[in-house]
Amino acid sequence: MQTPVEPAIDVKVDSFELVEGTSLWKDAWRRLLKNKLAVASAIVLSIVLVAVIIGPLISPYTYDQTNPDAVYMPPSAAHWFGTDQLGRDILVRTLVGGRISLLVGAVASIVSLVIGVSYGAISGYIGGKTDEVMMRIVDILYSLPDIFLIIVLLAFFSKDLIILFAMLGAISWLTMARIVRGQVLSLKNREFVEAARSIGVSTPQIIFRHLVPNALGPVIVYTTLTIPSVMLTEAFLSFLGLGVQPPLSSWGTLVQEGVGAISVYPWHLIFPGTMMAGTLFCLNFLGDGLRDALDPQSRAD
Amino acid sequence: MLQFILRRLLLAIPVLFAVLTVSFFLVRLAPGSPFAEERAYPAAVIAKLNEKYGLNKPLPEQYLNYMNRVILHADLGPSTRYPDRNVSDVIVQGLPNSMILGATAYLIALVLGMGAGIIAALRQNSGVDYGAMAAAVLGVSIPNFVLGPLLVIGLSLSLYWLPPARWGDFSHLILPAFTLSALYTAYIARLTRSGLVEVLRSDYIRTARAKGLRESVVLFRHALRGSILPVVSYSGPALAFLLGGTIVVEKLFLIPGLGNFFIEAANARDCFIVVGVTLVVAVMLLVFNLIVDIIYALIDPRIAYK
Amino acid sequence: MTNPLLSVRNLQTSFYTRDGEVKAVDNISFDLEPGETLGIVGESGSGKSVTSLSIMGLIPTPPGKIKGGQVLFGGQDLLQITDEQMRKIRGKRVAMIFQDPMTSLNPFLRISRQITEISELHLNLTSKQSRTRAIEMLELVGIPDAPNRIDSYPHQFSGGMRQRVMIAMALSCDPQLLIADEPTTALDVTIQAQILELIKDLKARLGTSVILITHDLGVVAGMTDRLGVMYAGRMIEYGPTDTVFAHPAHPYTQGLLRSVPDPYEEVEELYQIPGLPPDLSALPPGCPFGPRCPEVVAKCQTQPEFVSVGTDHKSACWLNAVSTVQERKEIERD
Repeated sequence: MQTPVEPAIDVKVDSFELVEGTSLWKDAWRRLLKNKLAVASAIVLSIVLVAVIIGPLISPYTYDQTNPDAVYMPPSAAHWFGTDQLGRDILVRTLVGGRISLLVGAVASIVSLVIGVSYGAISGYIGGKTDEVMMRIVDILYSLPDIFLIIVLLAFFSKDLIILFAMLGAISWLTMARIVRGQVLSLKNREFVEAARSIGVSTPQIIFRHLVPNALGPVIVYTTLTIPSVMLTEAFLSFLGLGVQPPLSSWGTLVQEGVGAISVYPWHLIFPGTMMAGTLFCLNFLGDGLRDALDPQSRAD
Repeated sequence: MLQFILRRLLLAIPVLFAVLTVSFFLVRLAPGSPFAEERAYPAAVIAKLNEKYGLNKPLPEQYLNYMNRVILHADLGPSTRYPDRNVSDVIVQGLPNSMILGATAYLIALVLGMGAGIIAALRQNSGVDYGAMAAAVLGVSIPNFVLGPLLVIGLSLSLYWLPPARWGDFSHLILPAFTLSALYTAYIARLTRSGLVEVLRSDYIRTARAKGLRESVVLFRHALRGSILPVVSYSGPALAFLLGGTIVVEKLFLIPGLGNFFIEAANARDCFIVVGVTLVVAVMLLVFNLIVDIIYALIDPRIAYK
Repeated sequence: MTNPLLSVRNLQTSFYTRDGEVKAVDNISFDLEPGETLGIVGESGSGKSVTSLSIMGLIPTPPGKIKGGQVLFGGQDLLQITDEQMRKIRGKRVAMIFQDPMTSLNPFLRISRQITEISELHLNLTSKQSRTRAIEMLELVGIPDAPNRIDSYPHQFSGGMRQRVMIAMALSCDPQLLIADEPTTALDVTIQAQILELIKDLKARLGTSVILITHDLGVVAGMTDRLGVMYAGRMIEYGPTDTVFAHPAHPYTQGLLRSVPDPYEEVEELYQIPGLPPDLSALPPGCPFGPRCPEVVAKCQTQPEFVSVGTDHKSACWLNAVSTVQERKEIERD
């Protein structure tokens, strides 16, 4: 989850450091490191990521391995998180579920990055009638009841992972397009763009080499905050029985199963629920930290 | 102003048309039939049922018939799941419940969220501020279908304060409304706080203080207006998500609302209810967004109606 | 000398940032006689605005803090009174106008509300009386068609008009002291002259004392009786405006004066003080101007005293100290 921050280090290396002192990215990086909550969140997220990737590989159980002799076992040395109604190990199901949930978040944010950034940048840069039409389209899509359409699609067609991923991505790029457009609008008349234009740099080059990198701050922040909101949407669909289908699990489906058994077998909810809420919590804190670091104006001191 | 509203309503027509068309074809192009899923009817019965609902005709004809009925006769069609009712009946029954639930939740979110946001902004970087904002992040990190059961266990199954489910009097409204509002309370608190913090740093607040105005006047007369603008513009999308949230909360608390009907109909492939509810929701979204824009323009005199 | 209206004594205001303490105003003193105009000049970041905000009690705390000194206004130390007492002085006896009229007026409130609230508060006028008063004030500052325009919103006014509104607002309770913090910086050049003329005219008519803060020496020349020059949070020269212009004692003031274009003289290139304003969080020991000073000597490693160099004329530079004057003469002879 730390990948979005990394360009920050690259940029600072080749930026001139005259009397202005530290460059924007270096400054932001320094501010981020001083934000203990954000750093702690990044560490927790890295641990979760590693656990989710490696955990299922070294676990003695698989996510779909049932055991009629060990149904609803409380946490023990053999099953750290206990077992579910079919005797499946909740730890390994939680880790596999984490893969799916994080993947959903990652795919949706990549879609929103690719579509949203290009769409917003092109709309803002070209401007005029094109911009108006492109933004009207976004407005219209915005006013569609997207959740309801997704439910229709999943319920009537197939409860397929690919469709789920695609739909969650498709609804998440709209805000990104608006953000990037706003940034590009305010940047496109600046001197460095004029300069690039005057020496004959092509329009796509100007958009993607000059404008987009300069709008990166808000893009990074919004991406970090997209992941948790998409994960919540996936959980919501799973709760309605429209998300990830058994025997595969996601945090949403695990939590949904756990809710049903909450008063009798609380571990069934507590472990996956804590993992999910904790990850979302950290993503939100990291997103806030990034925003504060990249936009000192909004900083709360 | 009137012109602005008319223009927006005019723009809404193609949007609604598109919603209707897209959802109709989605539902009708999908494999399977409303009658094939659960009960294994004989083929002859299914054919009869299809004929009764006009589902045996070619798709374009079905579409034209449907649009004709909706637009010219304001009739959203029959329900295949609830054979004795048509879609309008279901909506008339469900919509008020969902509206009450949604409106209460939104009101709670507005009052609690803005209250917490204002206090956090005024006591910036204090324990209260950090506490409120950590709670707000927690609020956006817990799915409402987890929060709901937790509240039920705490407040009704352990303390017996409130009924755990069903619908009827005011006491039935409290738990679902709080469950639904948590996420928006958290968002609104964060928006209010950051908005107010920014406004309190602005030049015009310094001017207000330089006039010797009391802090309460500075806050309520000068600062609050500007700082609730982000909350106002968030209200459009918030109400949209709120509508989605009602699906879950109505299912959790067994509330006979629109969301519950919708999800049951979707699972039973009741195409007319699904399309009808989607249309109603789209209308509501358009109206909400229009109201939000009007309120925004009323607060901010710099916005001209365009 | 009569009793000064305002007497600032050893004022020290700091900001506590992540980089440590920033002494934005470091031990400055000056007096303002009734009816007089004091100019405070300096580059941005030199502490001029912080000085005025300290007088008004408007330093944002935290991160700012007034660490010491006195602000004696009519004999009363404004740093010692309660917030409630200070509120009764702000806007009524001391008023302030700010640099950017575009952002200093509340965009969400009508002009009428923003002017009347101040006279309702401090003069206990009824809403009707304060409205009449507000229209009078708008007419006084030269807003045409004031009775109709009073209910406009700020965005319906031009920059110059907004600054006139700010002035009308500031003067509506007949304050004894008006602090104008860069009142013309954000305005067009032609408007600048009008606003300055307006302030000058109103000052003469209402007998208000004025502190005019600016980075533009051209502005203070025709407007002020006295002049204080600030650098890196310190007052480095202070004296009657004419004297300071004729005999600048500090190399920084000299540099500033040389960098003002003279319309009667044709020069190839305008003088520019070398280097950049210092970083207040990492000031070198000794004279803060040392690193940029063309006449720096070894002694500048220690901080110079703020000493008298003539009648009412003070400066903080070793060149003015008797011993250094000797050395300098010797150097000049060589």
